[in-house]
Amino acid sequence: MNMPAPSSVADWRDDIFAALKAAEIRQIGYVPDAGHSRLIELCQADAAIRAVPLTSEEEGIGLAAGAWLGGQRAALLMQSSGVGNCINLLSLAKSCRFPMTILVTMRGEWGEFNPWQVPMGTKTQAALELMDVLVYRVERAEEAGETVAAALDIAFNGSLATAVLLSQRLIGAKRWVK
Amino acid sequence: MHAAKGNDPRLDRREAMRVLLDRRGEMLLVTGLGSTTWDAAAVGDDARNFYLWGAMGAAAMVGLGLAIAQPERRVLVVTGDGEMLMGLGALATIGVQCPPNLALAVFDNARYAETGMQPSHTDYGVSLCGVARSCGIESVYDITDKAALDDFARLIHTADRTLFARIAIQADEPPRVLPSRDGVLLKNRFRHALGVE
Repeated sequence: MNMPAPSSVADWRDDIFAALKAAEIRQIGYVPDAGHSRLIELCQADAAIRAVPLTSEEEGIGLAAGAWLGGQRAALLMQSSGVGNCINLLSLAKSCRFPMTILVTMRGEWGEFNPWQVPMGTKTQAALELMDVLVYRVERAEEAGETVAAALDIAFNGSLATAVLLSQRLIGAKRWVK
Repeated sequence: MHAAKGNDPRLDRREAMRVLLDRRGEMLLVTGLGSTTWDAAAVGDDARNFYLWGAMGAAAMVGLGLAIAQPERRVLVVTGDGEMLMGLGALATIGVQCPPNLALAVFDNARYAETGMQPSHTDYGVSLCGVARSCGIESVYDITDKAALDDFARLIHTADRTLFARIAIQADEPPRVLPSRDGVLLKNRFRHALGVE
């Protein structure tokens, strides 16, 4: 149920990738998530982007700070559960005004099967806002590219940490029984 | 289980930092919360130093992002055993990337010096060199004397691979030398020094 057709799945993820390229993102830190799998593949295949797998999402905040110190732009890919791992490290972004954009695939909402995903999923936006990360949310495939572009734009023009929550309704609920 | 290392040979932390930064050239430095930041400031403030005043566990990852962004420059991260222990996963992440211009040096006094000298996991026998090696970092050095430190300090400038050193230092607290706490200032002057601002 609620699974978008494969062609539209590819489309909005391609739109996000195009926004990352247009913003000259050179480093991508990620903890794999099914919802990000196509974007991760696109980043890995791009010679101008260094895709860095992380053991925990908080590592990405340090990576993005270091990238900016060295003159490169970084974005991070993670699942909503990983946002909770980042909280103290986001003090680095705030204290130094390091620009970065975090793309978050949501769990614990539309069509969630696993109740253990719900506590962090329902507080992901509040947790980010508690640390003064500017949060946008995408519900519809056609909004994904422009929303990510806007989040990147204000992050790097305004020296801010921004996040885009990609809703579970957009991604499609995880199928547990195949 | 407790394996006190009080009798092991150990170096003076300020002298160790001075050796690592001697003739630094264009090398970039990242220090961790907190004593390694005071050590770097004591040796001499520099726009090419980025001091972490928080974000415990992040020093190695800041070094990785910086090393990837600046492949033509040497990047040295100096942090403490407690700070490294909080971000051990970074060693696995760095082991996968292995940028040839990155060197990590962990000042190991086996103590949380800033909070009252409580023993850290290294005091109980955890080997940071063992972790680094297991994470795929091939050039790992366990440094307990001045000659080995001198060799490592020279190697940083010529190596074509990621380096990791655990440097045994005395558990003392030299007078604090505090650099600026203004994160935006530290960031901007670093970027100006690199010509990327």
